[in-house]
Amino acid sequence: MRLFEIAAFAVRGLTANKMRSGLTTLGILIGVASVILLIAVGNGASSAVQQSIAGLGTNILTISPQRAQPGSTVKPLTTADAAALVGPDSPDVKYASPVVSAQATAGYGTTSYAISQFIGSDPRYFDTTNSAVAQGNLFSDNDVQQARKVVVIGATVATQLFPGTDPVGKSMLVNNIPFTVIGVLAAKGSSGLQDADDMAVAPLTTTQNALTGYGSLSQIVVQARSADALPNAQAQVTTILNGRHKVTQTADYRILSQDQLLTARTATTETFTVLLASVAAISLLVGGIGITNIMLVTVTERIREIGIRKAVGAPRSSILGQFLIEATLLSLFGGFLGVAAGVIGSRFTIAGIQPVLVPSSVLLAFAVSALIGLFFGSYPASRAAKLRPIEALRHE
Amino acid sequence: MSPVIEVRNLRKTYGAGDTAVHALRGLDLTVEKGEYIAIMGASGSGKSTLLNILGCLDVPSSGKYLLDGIDTGEFDEEQLSLLRNRKIGFVFQSFNLVPRTTALANVELPLVYAGVRRAQRRERALAALDLVGLKERTHHRPNELSGGQQQRVAIARALVTSPAIVLADEPTGNLDTESSREVLGILDRLNASGRTVVLITHEDEVAAHAMRTVRVVDGSVQTGGVAGVLV
Repeated sequence: MRLFEIAAFAVRGLTANKMRSGLTTLGILIGVASVILLIAVGNGASSAVQQSIAGLGTNILTISPQRAQPGSTVKPLTTADAAALVGPDSPDVKYASPVVSAQATAGYGTTSYAISQFIGSDPRYFDTTNSAVAQGNLFSDNDVQQARKVVVIGATVATQLFPGTDPVGKSMLVNNIPFTVIGVLAAKGSSGLQDADDMAVAPLTTTQNALTGYGSLSQIVVQARSADALPNAQAQVTTILNGRHKVTQTADYRILSQDQLLTARTATTETFTVLLASVAAISLLVGGIGITNIMLVTVTERIREIGIRKAVGAPRSSILGQFLIEATLLSLFGGFLGVAAGVIGSRFTIAGIQPVLVPSSVLLAFAVSALIGLFFGSYPASRAAKLRPIEALRHE
Repeated sequence: MSPVIEVRNLRKTYGAGDTAVHALRGLDLTVEKGEYIAIMGASGSGKSTLLNILGCLDVPSSGKYLLDGIDTGEFDEEQLSLLRNRKIGFVFQSFNLVPRTTALANVELPLVYAGVRRAQRRERALAALDLVGLKERTHHRPNELSGGQQQRVAIARALVTSPAIVLADEPTGNLDTESSREVLGILDRLNASGRTVVLITHEDEVAAHAMRTVRVVDGSVQTGGVAGVLV
């Protein structure tokens, strides 16, 4: 007896109840599609993060204040710290930019907009963060010294506050203080979880005057002379800061290189991806249980048919095969449609993230869906195959 | 030449202990090739149990059953399914056709499990349907056929594999007089062409078609009837 004939019986069994087969297929479809799609979203988020960090350059160190530990005091990072980092004791440090940041509400005319990052720094900041100017100019060291109220805005801020007009030369109110817009930065795009263009940069002095006050800096961004000099620069920076902050045991600041930042952020997005994938895997599992459920119903409903087949000489293996093939066809068909849905779905931007399809996840989801049919179909199928012919025939 | 069916001291017990039901109590029966036998008996006498065992749908608790000289007692379920496929054609009172499946496909079913090739399968199934007078109904599904037609499809299915024996469990039990006459006519013709037929009935008119009547009382054979006796 040939497999083809058994498969034909299975197909006839499935088409006999199209509604039920369709709904069961839907369960697997949703499972497979969500596995593929959510992995693609996670992957998209992590590659966006990687890109934005890679944009920082390989010779950058970021120094930020450490949170206070019990029993130790934290000295704030100051402009003087930043100035001390450049000198004869640190030959590998090219320059160090002090950075303050705050949230600010900006207004122009009747429009108002909350800028999520209002940054105060010096002109080197643009260099270290790979920020290019799209319109107008950046501010200069002279602007910083004179504490001029000038600002360079990100692309999102420009479209929100100045729709249809050229922002350069306009005066906008930041927390009710007038700033002159002198430039607009080129758009960088979303970095996964936050909009990198939702920002504005003003001279450090001006920002401290107007917004943050003269307390602790948010960051000091250090640029080493080259990528190779980075470890030396880090050592020199550590020595200088330890001396200035009188660190004995644990430092009250931390230094992150671009590599470390990348590792930390990648780990976060990986966790995020795993989380998404597990949710999707659960829905695939539920789909599989749906198959068991439907196949059990099918077997119970068709006990008499199974009895007839056995009475005319169907061996156990052919009954087992028929119901296994039915279950596998359900899940394979669902898997196929799920792959299609997942691939199509990943072409759209989801929650601000452009999903990046992982080919192995497509293969995996499809293979798993086929195995789900075999696995979850095997119990009902073996139940059908084990039925005694006379008992099956007597079943009403 | 050995008989087609040889049953010795056949017992079948359902349940155990005090609640045990003895359906067959040491039954003996021999059916020679080409015979046409009617098994009669009150309901609960064990005649259906006997036929199910003869059809290898059920297994006896003890005793010997030789089918075509083969001892079925040593067979496992896999070999029994082979036996059902090759040696036995079974006709049920309630037809038992596979639903939503054409008459032709129903008749082809045993041949599919026997591994017969598609073209030959079709040819033999059509010949069997022709024999029961349903050549015009090959693509009808069971719900599009009358009771008599369904039973004729079932008979075509039973004989398509050229089995050693055709077993029929009250084949006219669910049919009207006209359909019964047709079905019995077909069984008569089968027997006339040399096929061994064993049927169960509780109607004397049906039993009259057989050469011999076997009466089952309380799980054993009472007397051998006389061929062709009309009551």
